[in-house]
Amino acid sequence: MSTTTADLHHDPHGQDPHGHGNGHGHGHDPRHQHHFATMEQQFDTSKIGMWLFLATEVLTFGGLFAGFGLMQNKYPREFVEAHLQLQRLPGAANTVVLLISSFTMVMAVLSARTNQIAKTVRYLWLTVGCAGIFMCIKAYEYHHKFEEGLLPGMFYHHEGDLIAGSHGYSAFFSFYFMMTGLHGLHVLIGMGMLSWLAIRAKRGEFSDKYYTPVDLVGLFWHLVDMIWIYLFPLYYLIS
Amino acid sequence: MEHTLTAGSVTGDRPRPEKNYLNQTTGIWSWMTTVDHKRIGIMYLVAISAAFLIGGVFALLVRLALLNPQHTLFGKEWVTAEAYNRFFTLHGVVMVFLFIIPSVPASLANFVLPMMLGAKDVAFPRINLMSFYLWCAGAVLGITSMVLGAVDTGWTFYTPYSTTTDGTVSLMTMAAFVLGFSSIFTGLNFIATVHKLRAPGMGFFDMPLFVWGIYATALIQILATPVLAITLVLLMIERAFQIGIFDSRIGGDPVLFQHFFWFYSHPAVYIMILPGMAIISELVPTFCRKTMFGYRAIAYSSVSLALVSFIVWGHHMFVAGESDLANVIFSALTFLVAIPSGVKMFNWLSTMYKGNISFETPMCYVLSFLFLFAIGGLTGLFFSTLAVDIHLTDTYFVVAHFHYVMMGGTVIAFLGGLHYWWPKMTGKMYKEIWGQVGCLLVFIGFNMTFGSQFIMGGQGMPRRYFNYLDQFQPIHAFSTYGSWVLGSGLFLTAINLLASLKMGEPAPDNPWGATTMEWQSSSPPITHNFEEQPVLEHEPYDYRPRTVTHV
Amino acid sequence: MDWLRSALLPLQGSEFAKEIDLMYMAIFWLSVVMFFALMVPMVWFSWRYRYVPGRVTPHQTHNTALEVFWSVVPLLICVGLFFWGIWGYMHFAVGPGESMEIQVTAKKWLWQFEFPDGTRAVNELHVPVNKSVHLVMTSEDVLHDFFIPDMRVKRDIVPGRYTEFWFTPTVVGEHTSTCAEYCGKGHSDMRAKVFVDTQEKFDDWMATGGDEWMKHPPEEWGKIQWDQKGCATCHTIDGSKSKGPSWKGIFGKAEKLKGGASVTVDENYLRESMLQPQAKVVDGFEPIMPTFQGLLRENEIRGLVAFIKSLQ
Repeated sequence: MSTTTADLHHDPHGQDPHGHGNGHGHGHDPRHQHHFATMEQQFDTSKIGMWLFLATEVLTFGGLFAGFGLMQNKYPREFVEAHLQLQRLPGAANTVVLLISSFTMVMAVLSARTNQIAKTVRYLWLTVGCAGIFMCIKAYEYHHKFEEGLLPGMFYHHEGDLIAGSHGYSAFFSFYFMMTGLHGLHVLIGMGMLSWLAIRAKRGEFSDKYYTPVDLVGLFWHLVDMIWIYLFPLYYLIS
Repeated sequence: MEHTLTAGSVTGDRPRPEKNYLNQTTGIWSWMTTVDHKRIGIMYLVAISAAFLIGGVFALLVRLALLNPQHTLFGKEWVTAEAYNRFFTLHGVVMVFLFIIPSVPASLANFVLPMMLGAKDVAFPRINLMSFYLWCAGAVLGITSMVLGAVDTGWTFYTPYSTTTDGTVSLMTMAAFVLGFSSIFTGLNFIATVHKLRAPGMGFFDMPLFVWGIYATALIQILATPVLAITLVLLMIERAFQIGIFDSRIGGDPVLFQHFFWFYSHPAVYIMILPGMAIISELVPTFCRKTMFGYRAIAYSSVSLALVSFIVWGHHMFVAGESDLANVIFSALTFLVAIPSGVKMFNWLSTMYKGNISFETPMCYVLSFLFLFAIGGLTGLFFSTLAVDIHLTDTYFVVAHFHYVMMGGTVIAFLGGLHYWWPKMTGKMYKEIWGQVGCLLVFIGFNMTFGSQFIMGGQGMPRRYFNYLDQFQPIHAFSTYGSWVLGSGLFLTAINLLASLKMGEPAPDNPWGATTMEWQSSSPPITHNFEEQPVLEHEPYDYRPRTVTHV
Repeated sequence: MDWLRSALLPLQGSEFAKEIDLMYMAIFWLSVVMFFALMVPMVWFSWRYRYVPGRVTPHQTHNTALEVFWSVVPLLICVGLFFWGIWGYMHFAVGPGESMEIQVTAKKWLWQFEFPDGTRAVNELHVPVNKSVHLVMTSEDVLHDFFIPDMRVKRDIVPGRYTEFWFTPTVVGEHTSTCAEYCGKGHSDMRAKVFVDTQEKFDDWMATGGDEWMKHPPEEWGKIQWDQKGCATCHTIDGSKSKGPSWKGIFGKAEKLKGGASVTVDENYLRESMLQPQAKVVDGFEPIMPTFQGLLRENEIRGLVAFIKSLQ
């Protein structure tokens, strides 16, 4: 048995029947769960699980994309007008920030795979930093919307729309807040997971033998980026 | 040790291990923190049985309210229209979201699917436990919503009624939302398990058909449920912020909600029925002691049903304001469902041909299933034929049709599967005769309750009606009497099973002489399922006499 | 087999009902045949191949020809049913050339019908026999569904949009229509009577504008007309000035006319002003009132006069 703390972390309760103490006398990786034959199988399985989870994420956002499309079809002029209220520069900046974070994430996974753990830690914190910048810019944008009364549904009270009283504007901002809000929630969750990974990496829990969590969070993070890549043109660049 | 195994012979000659998954560890806490798929399966079984009981009580109340048009009991009026609307809503919500969607996958499949593959557990045991607690959270939300004032929208939450009515609709949609994630995690687990944890030598076409059915179900759970989740979120936000997507007063489109809703809820129908078919595909070869006829056809039909289920949602809306072109297309696609369903029926029957058939309780449920599902399936033809659907939709004909599929199909198969795997799960044999009597009572009661509703529906009795025309009184009364027979059959079945825990004979390892891998474990299994990693030696339903080796 | 049809389905009240019933019965018999095709082998096999200890069963894995057969034959049946189904559906969803259009408004929990000439009725739909009827329906609150079992027609009514269907009633008499989409507490009481009348009886009914007027005292009926027929656009009832003279206190007054003459406002003057408004225009107002000749029925004119009388 190796001396890392991962084992305790996974199985805090001694009476867990799946604990590793019962009958597996041979010394194997403590992160190896008993129902997998090999570590490789365990890694592949985790990866399949993550891909399936990402599929559900795509479908969740897909539902919102479909809803947005239908509403855009219903209020084409309002949507074009409303999107001019969005600030393209911060939006574009955010796109760049997230692209950079994707790169640092790739580097984090790569350095974990090649056993350069110090680098992994650094790249993970860089990714968290990018995500933080993204959230700050997002907060700035949201603040602007609140000031202007560009709010969802019945809270919408912006003055000076071309088609006064149309529901199209509030519908646009309802979807804007729902989709960017849900995306922002994913960024926050991602930041939490990345920080947790960085701490674990610092403690030396990952190596070229075991870096599944880094790999999986990496997949999740790329999805979060990719969704933004779709959101940005959808909202900021309507024509 | 080497001996000749006669096809279908009962093997139970191994000594019982002292420790099994039930007594390996003890205490409530050891159950609540378990990651053993078998214990989680048992906890799910208890939980969904409780939900079935609650939903069943609401069903009996609905039937009782309709016993006579004056809604009297012993000469006194006892129920109002508001109460009735809540009864049928809660019956629907509880039965659909808390019982039937998790029923077979989360309880029975959770228990036997890894064992059928020769695995020690599902791929992600902790996510499996989380799925159970999400179910509990959803149940708590749902029950809170009921206690705080209940919901009267019908289980479909149609807008704009659901966005304008009082009551705790948001809480109930929140419950359905959480339960959706519970379902997603179950499905995700099964797909990963099937892909990565099959026994050495077991290819996809060596898997038992139950696994195929559950695999197809899991695909739907993964692909359709997120859309329901987002639909329910939109509904909640519509109620809170009035964003104008579903509510026509502020520019929304109520029919859009129906599209979103049925995009999930039609595939959800197959989340309900595919596991039922999957169970039948296990029981038929076992009790006919004959290999499955058309194994591949059944496997493919499960997956094709799962795929077709995604493109037929519009048939719920033939009269709901959908375009005529959409109606025609959805009608054509809907007929496609008939083909794989028919293929399964024919294959099950062909397996019986020249079999060696005995009629223990699970097989009685198979015959019951074939009878009821044939009716449920054939009455589907009335609805897919566009013109006839106009008259029949939203009447009791629909109520009867989907109960024949959901209850006559899924619940009957579930009960069959429960009796089939009960010895494996508990290590006890129930009393055969009471199991059979229970099955018969359920069969008779079910046909009385719902068979009569086909007639009412054809004559134009709309569904969800509290007050009805006097002409329907005799049939409504008959249907209510049927619900009492049905209820007593289920009650007897429950007593019989529970009594076996105390008084039942110890079960042999393989009481039915089945050939799939889960029966190679002891009854009840040890915590890690098998003493040694089982290796695939033959096709799943091979009943040819052969020599087997026990090491 | 007529007895069976009438046991399973309601009265055949329209052309469309005959088509539907034919299809329904065809599918019914098809299902019966299919059902026995499944159940007879099931029961026979259960008996013939019942358990005998030690008997070895044959290892039949599949039979391609058989499996193709039972996939293709149902498919062909389904294709047939599909085309038959859309053929019938078109008669319901696409109207014949000439139809009487009736506007249907649903709200919790009543039905309002409006005929081409503006006649309205609540919870009572009168239609002539053997004439095509076109219903254009909308809802004021939640989803409803107009369902006439005897005609075999049904369609959801959606707020914010119009839905429609056509039917041709063939059986004179009283039929029931119901709401078939759940709409809350009063859902099951939301019924309307559908009266299929002979042409003469229907014309009579239309001439009197239905019997709604008999349900109100004349002044109230007049007030409803004032509101519904557009009088309120130009005539106030509280004395304030609008495009036309206010009705308050006008009855019995002597009004100065354009050109100097004057007239006492009595029943005859009011009646004349409704039917030939340009004949005597009160001084100080433009001659802009349209004629209501043919738009107001006798009972409505009486009501309006009574209403104006009551505004003192």
